[in-house]
This record gives sequence, structure tokens and C-alpha cells, in this order.
Amino acid sequence: MDLAIVYSILDSSVRLTAPILLACLGGLYSERSGVFDIGIEGKMLFSAFAAGAVAWHSGSAWLGLGAAVLVGIAFSLLHGYASITQRGNQIISGVAINFLAAGLTALLGKAWYGQGGKTPQLANEARFTSLTLPGADAVKDVPFLGPLYSGIVSGHSILVYVAFFAVPFTWWVLFRTRFGLRLRAVGENPAAVDTAGISVVWLRYAGVTICGVFAGLAGAYLAIAQSANFAPNMSAGTGFIALAALIFAKWNPVGALGATFLFGFLQALAIPLQGAQIPGLGWQVPVQAITASPYILTVILLAGFIGKAIPPKAGGVAYVKER
Amino acid sequence: MAEPAIELVGIDKRFGPVHANKDINLVVEDGTIHGIVGENGAGKSTLMSILYGFYHADKGEIKVAGKPVTIHTPNDAIAAGIGMVHQHFMLVENFTVLENVILGVEGGRLLKGGEDRARAQLKKLAEDYDLDVDPDALIEDLPVGLQQRVEILKALTRGAETLILDEPTGVLTPAEADHLFRILGQLKAQGKTIILITHKLREIMAITDRVSVMRRGEMVATLQTARTDPEEIAELMVGRRVLLEVDKGPAKPGAERLRVEGLTVVDEWGVARVDNVSFSVRDGEIVGIAGVSGNGQSELMEALSGIRKAKSGRIVLNGETIDPVHEADPAKMRQRGMGHVPEDRHHLGLVLPFEESENIILGYHRRDAYGKGFNLDPDLVRADARRMNEKFDVRPANEKLKTANFSGGNQQKIVLAREMDGEPAMLLVGQPTRGVDIGAIEFIHKQLIALRDRGKAVLLVSVELDEIRSLADRVLVMFAGRIVGEVPPETDEGDIGLLMAGVTQKEAAE
Repeated sequence: MDLAIVYSILDSSVRLTAPILLACLGGLYSERSGVFDIGIEGKMLFSAFAAGAVAWHSGSAWLGLGAAVLVGIAFSLLHGYASITQRGNQIISGVAINFLAAGLTALLGKAWYGQGGKTPQLANEARFTSLTLPGADAVKDVPFLGPLYSGIVSGHSILVYVAFFAVPFTWWVLFRTRFGLRLRAVGENPAAVDTAGISVVWLRYAGVTICGVFAGLAGAYLAIAQSANFAPNMSAGTGFIALAALIFAKWNPVGALGATFLFGFLQALAIPLQGAQIPGLGWQVPVQAITASPYILTVILLAGFIGKAIPPKAGGVAYVKER
Repeated sequence: MAEPAIELVGIDKRFGPVHANKDINLVVEDGTIHGIVGENGAGKSTLMSILYGFYHADKGEIKVAGKPVTIHTPNDAIAAGIGMVHQHFMLVENFTVLENVILGVEGGRLLKGGEDRARAQLKKLAEDYDLDVDPDALIEDLPVGLQQRVEILKALTRGAETLILDEPTGVLTPAEADHLFRILGQLKAQGKTIILITHKLREIMAITDRVSVMRRGEMVATLQTARTDPEEIAELMVGRRVLLEVDKGPAKPGAERLRVEGLTVVDEWGVARVDNVSFSVRDGEIVGIAGVSGNGQSELMEALSGIRKAKSGRIVLNGETIDPVHEADPAKMRQRGMGHVPEDRHHLGLVLPFEESENIILGYHRRDAYGKGFNLDPDLVRADARRMNEKFDVRPANEKLKTANFSGGNQQKIVLAREMDGEPAMLLVGQPTRGVDIGAIEFIHKQLIALRDRGKAVLLVSVELDEIRSLADRVLVMFAGRIVGEVPPETDEGDIGLLMAGVTQKEAAE
């Protein structure tokens, strides 16, 4: 295959990995604290809508991003209130947020902008456009490494770099800081945290809030970096894929990078394969089969090709003192 | 004289309608080991949880070293020099020892400094007391005895002067318990104060200086241990005379009722939990299986009762050979006359939200006596439940009450009634008196011995060595899924303890 095609697939992989990675890391903070968050998908959708709408009205990508993050946090706190304070069922709360997001964003979109639920198309100034990293043009013609740097590493929006930088940062937070130690502990044995004189409730709210920030970044990326507007249901299962990736990753940030890149790569692969012929048979590869492949892979991998993934032991369970 | 280490004045606590602590006064002298005994629900744990700041008393005052202190959270307790070793360890299992020790007292936003400091502290403590643990070991890889040591280290590194231990020996082998008591002795020698909550009178007699007895939320007495005896303490606990010794005549074993040959049971990861076990039980005898919890007793019981499929082996019951690999079926085992009192009555024995009459027939509900065909006639069921309640002294004798509202002892009597009422030829009994108060223990023991004397075979699994020794006619010891020895029940407790810790009889003889 032409090297240029390989480069272009890898380039797309990076772009497509970013939102999954952001959502996956968000889920990691929440689930490590013991709160399962099936509502990431919905939060991304809400955030994407907020980003698209605010960026259009204000003309500023940064204000759009800020709105997305605030909306992400707001719905995380709602989830936190239901599942931490009220000790409700975390799955139900998450599913409710997903339904709410799918319906409400489309409804508000139609009511406010009358473009079939979409927010108006953004000018480039109101979006996060590609950045050219220093020296990218200079090294372009260096064989092999040149295109690797200028074509794949360089040329993405700032949110892509944030996503990839968040991996080592999350690792450092989890394993090298006091907050990380406590966060990991509260997802495993909240009673141990409580008896050590630390607030279980506060830690879990911190976990879900950080999750909201990441869901906000992921949503903003979809609407104002990858695209130039919000479209109904544009998250298209990214939040769920991120949760699946979190399981392959065994709730580890470095694993999350690998798992989400695999999904990003598969989605990237689908682009040039659409309409391609299967060599020798002359059949066209059905588009649906390609686009479905990441989901099929999810099922296959989850069915037992990843070894035993042990979730945080107290995950999904509200903490109640004895009695 | 020095101020008392801890003084509780007029502590009162209610949980809704339950009056858990009624105007409790307690003085714990500095540098002593002070025992607190009482039956389940007497309020011991509540009182200690109040002292540790886990619950908040409705009324009352806490004084530490003579000064009144306000303890609202465990942090306040730690600051006042109070540490607690909980019955269920408060450890994060996939953390290292070091991580568990620093949790909550990291000493800064980053972990590095705190870890180094704790490492040095642990080294010092290991030298001062007999408290050696590898700081980098994962908790889940450590045996329970060492996990408990980590809990003690946690308290000591936080500067505890008074250490509360809640039922510390429940999960330990006798040898580990002895080691713990030596450590407690050393701590006392260094001037620490220890509060020991337990229901084992033997431990109270062995290591405490003073003992306080609680009953139904009240503090009924505080005694000098040297000037009392187990009978007096038991009477104070229960409020009436109790028989501590089990009254039983010699067994008259008959024909073989159950034979187990080469039984192997593996867990979901393929690890052998029961490893090629063979033994037999005869009519008219109680065979006890001793062992520390988690050495395959549960899996053995589950395989014998048909709940769990075995990997290989053979079960012969009433002369009929059963293939435990393919024919595991609890209903069929019951039909063959095998009763089963499961180890964990909440998990396997009862449906707590059901009314009592439903639980007392569960598993036997297909009998025609309870209704024809598909029908279950509540009147017939309740009538039979009333009969069984009377026979087994279930209190309150109200078959319409939700099972969750019965005390532990009475819940156990419900299970026992269900499994014993049909006079099973063979009865499997797991932990018959776990979480059961002394009065009910006496009743349950009597029932089991009466069953034996009626010529039935009983297989008893218990982690309480005292119980095994006083009930069983033969004792099998299980360790790591194998039966490592058979001894008569009169055998010295220390010798059985060695077997329970995996030292074989041959090794012990050498």
C-alpha cells in the first residue's frame, strides 16, 4: 500500500482517538472513585450542543469550550447527586442522562436554530482549527520521520494535544499524588477511606466532577474542532466505546491510550476502505460492515480476549455506613 | 494515680427505635488491657464506634487522659490518640502495605515524602514490637494474620495511645491469636492502653486486666478479671445461668451413612479449593471439620449439598453412589435425606424479606402437605410453621413476621428447624452458631446432639475450634483444600491449631 495512505490513516486515527480518549479518561476518574458513569455519552452530547451554540453566539471557540465544560460538570453533579448523595442506582441515573441528552439537544436545536436540530455552521475563527507545530514545515521533506512529524504529530487542534497529554498527567495524578491514592482507595474500599478520616462523599464528587470536565472537552471537540457545528446525536456511541475501552484498559490511563487508539484506528481504517473492492472477489466492502467493525470488535474483545478485567471493587455501590 | 486513659460518661445512642447504648459509663485505666464482652446486639460495637468518631452519641461525654474531648469524626479520634482495628479490616486490598498505612496521613499533596517517612516508621515499629510486615507487599497476597498486623501498624503510625480491637481473633488460627496476644502484651508493657471487644470468654480470662459486661445496651458490670470466672461473666451477659460445657454422652456410631471419595472442587479460576478429599460419616456420630475460614470448607459443603459442581470424585449416600460432577442438584440431595444448614444464613439460608413461614418451608415447599399440585396453601404453610416454631423455640413465635426482623439466633433456629424437622438421615451444618447469642448457642448445640443420639449422621463445619471440640466425636482438619489430619476431639488445642496452620502431623511429631 502506498505510504501516503498509511500516513493518512494514522493521521485520521489520531483525530478520531482524541474524543474517545477524553471520554475514557473522564470515565476513569469517575469509576476509580466508585461511581459508574454510563451517562458519559449523554454528557458529551450536551457539551457538544453547548459548545456549538455558545461558539456561534459569541464567535469564540474558547467560550464554547468553557460552556461545554460547565455543562459537563453540571450533569456530572446531577449524576453525583442522584448516585452519591441520594444513593440511587448509578446505571439508571446515567441512562436517564443519555435519554435526556438525545432528546433535549435535538429539541432545543430545532426550536432555536430551525436547522433540523443542528446549530449554525461556525466560521473558522469560532472553531479550534489545526495547529502547525514548530518546525513541521521545515522537516517535511526529511524521509520517513519528516512526514511522521509534520503529517501525523503536527496539524491537529489543541484539544487533541490536550487529550494525549492528559494520559501521563492522569497517570501521575493517580499514582503519585495524595488525591490519586485517596481516589483509588475510595473506589476499592470506601469504608477504609471513611475510617481513615477522609470524606467519601467529597472524593466521589471530585471524581465525577473531573469526569464532567473531560466529557465537556470531548463534546466540545466533536462540535467545534472535528466539525463546525453541533448535529443531533453526533456523539454516535463514542461515550459507550470509551466505556468499553476503559474495561480493556483495566482502568489504567496508559491502557486507556492503547485501547482508545485501537478504536480510533479502526474508525480511521473504515474511511479509505469504503467502496473498496475485496481483492480477487470483486465485491465491494459494505460500508455498514466497516463502520460496524469497532462495535463488533468491542463485543469480541469483551467476550474474553482481554484477560480478566477487575473493576474497582466498590464501583456502582453507594456508600452507606453500617446500620 | 494516673488519669484513666479513656472515660465515657453517660453515653446514650438511639438508632430509630433501637436504643443501642443506654447511659453508658466506662473507665479504662491507663496501661491496661480492658475487655468488653456482650452478646450480639448488646451495643459493644456501637459504643466503640462512638469512641472512634464513626457514630455520634446523642448524649454523653468522652474524656481522654482526664480531659473532655469532642470526637465527631475518626480524625478527631486519631488526633486524641485513639486507634481502632475493625472486625472487618479497613484495608484496600489491591494497595501495598505502605499505601494503606499512609492513606489519610500522606503528609503532603505528593506521595513521595510520606512514603519514605512511613517506611522508616514501619521499620522502627517492627523492631520495637514483634510487628514485621513487608511494606511493599500487596494486602490481598497477605494472610489475614498479617493483614491484621497492618491494621495495628496503621493505628500505631497515627500515634495511637489507646488501641481498640473489635473481635480480633475471629479470623485467626490459634497460633496467630497467640501471636496477637503477645503483641498486645508488648504494647501494654510499653504503656499503651488496649480495649478488646470479644465474645470469647477464654480470651477475656487469658489477657485482660479488667472486663466490662454489656447487655441490651446497658453496661451491667465492670470486674477485675482475676477475681471473676467465665460462668459469672456468662451469667451477666445473658441475664441467667447458662451451661458453657456441652453435656453429651459417648457416641454410638452405626453404619456408614456418607462416604466421600477423592472429591475435588475447583473455583472459577480453576484453582482447586477442595483437593482430593476422602472421608466418611457414620450414623450416630458428629464429624467436625476444623480449619481457618477459607481453606475449602465452604466449597466442600456446597459440593456435598449439590449447590456446586465438583471437578471429580464420588459421593456415596445411603449406599447410593452419586456423581457430584454431573448430578449436582440440591433438591435431589434433600430428597435423598441430606439436610443442609448453610454457613452463611443470609446469603444461602434465608430470603430475609420473606415472611417467616415461607422461609421455614423453603426447599421443602413442594410437599403435598403444603397444597396440591402447583398450589401453596398459606394456611397449611403457616400452621406447619407454628408447629415448627414451637418445637424449635423460635422467638417471637410469629410466623407472619418478616424474617429480617428476627435476631441472628432466631434466624438460625428457623434454618435449623427447616432442615432438621424432616429428620434427615444426614445433616450438613456450617457455622451453626456464627453471630448467635450464648443462649441460642446452648439450644442449637443441644439440638445437634439430640439428633446424633437419635442415630443420625452429622457433618459439622465450624471455624470455632471450641465448638468443634465440644460437639464432634471425630475431628478432621482442613488446610488449603486438603484434609491434613484426623484427631479425637480431646486433642490439645495447640496441636489442632498446628494442623490448621498447615503443619502436618508427621512434621509436628518431629
